Amino acid sequence: MTEQQALFKYCLQLGDDALIHSYRLSEWCSNAPLLEEDLALTNFALDLIGRAQALLGYAGKVEGKGRTEDDLAYKRGERQFYNRLLTEQPNGDFACTMARLLYMSVYEYHFYSQLQNSADATLAAIAAKTLKEVKYHRAHATDWVIRLGDGTEESNGRMQAAVDGLWAYPGELFEMTEASKMLEEHNIAPNAMQLRTKWMDEIEKVLDEAKLRMPQGKYVQTGSEKGIHSEHLGHILSEMQYLQRAYPDATW
Amino acid sequence: MVTQRHTRDEIFGILSAIHDPEIPVVTIEEIGMLRDVVITDSGYEVILTPTYTGCPAMGIIEQDIKLTLEARGIAPVLVKLVYDPAWTTDWMNDKAREKMKVYGIAPPLHSSCQSDKFGHNIILCPRCNSDDTVIISRFGSTACKALYRCNDCKEPFEYFKCH
Repeated sequence: MTEQQALFKYCLQLGDDALIHSYRLSEWCSNAPLLEEDLALTNFALDLIGRAQALLGYAGKVEGKGRTEDDLAYKRGERQFYNRLLTEQPNGDFACTMARLLYMSVYEYHFYSQLQNSADATLAAIAAKTLKEVKYHRAHATDWVIRLGDGTEESNGRMQAAVDGLWAYPGELFEMTEASKMLEEHNIAPNAMQLRTKWMDEIEKVLDEAKLRMPQGKYVQTGSEKGIHSEHLGHILSEMQYLQRAYPDATW
Repeated sequence: MVTQRHTRDEIFGILSAIHDPEIPVVTIEEIGMLRDVVITDSGYEVILTPTYTGCPAMGIIEQDIKLTLEARGIAPVLVKLVYDPAWTTDWMNDKAREKMKVYGIAPPLHSSCQSDKFGHNIILCPRCNSDDTVIISRFGSTACKALYRCNDCKEPFEYFKCH
């Protein structure tokens, strides 16, 4: 793997995380429990789609084959997607969506805080921008997890089931891939493994305040580095890519 | 071949009059998005910094820029998005803040006032200046605004979030 290939794959991973999480959040549009929440979730989806656009656009430039962000979003197959498994998990109930948002946004807060110091000027700039937006996602998810956890018996039970149910997935966020290891040596990518303690400490604090138990499972589900996904991604892509597959290069 | 009939300042001046499609009282210059105009051998580059990464107004602004310049025979125009340094509400000038307030949107606080936890800052009501306000929703009609309510004049209002 050359440095260029590593950077390309790394940008795809970060871009795909944003794209697929955005897709999931946008599925809440018109279905959220309250109007304000509908606005919040779709606004997060919008932040994420903007981030995906910037990262996939940059990936296309790095690759140098003339592929645009749209080509990369709509014309890659499932095995060429590198988003982490957590992002593609179904929305479930509202508690489940908030648990996923908490896991993701706490990780992204610490991750992008580091990436803004990247030796790659484009990644550093995207990271600085992203960090401002992620603060909102993290504050929002934290508030809801505490509110639901420290709520009624029903909401506490559902929130506990949600944080437990997704527990096998965040471990993958701290994996170092072949690409990220190479980029770390060039001070382009942060060491994701070192973010794990910060993430755990923060999650523990939030769950404690929410009167929830910290999940104890040790099993970590991985695969995204090789493009191996849960069954859910294929369904997302079949819907998301339908138009471009049926009518290639259609525009309006 | 570009004929150098227009200076950089002249073009910048023309573009400074373009309004933000979502907050029509302020211009793209006042809000701090319009950064520079560069005249190159092959045309005119307009440098913009997006406010929010997913801001849907970007496409419209890009189109407005092209149409405005092309109508004056200034072409070809390339709109370049630059992310570094990241846009901040601190670039919004006082004139823009005042216009925004008159329009009914509470202007953003300085970014140094922003804490990681949301909602601990006091936002003044743009109508009656009361500091007795409460947040209703972190998000409003656009990504850059939050919804508040004034407990004194009872009016709901939007706050342009500090970014």
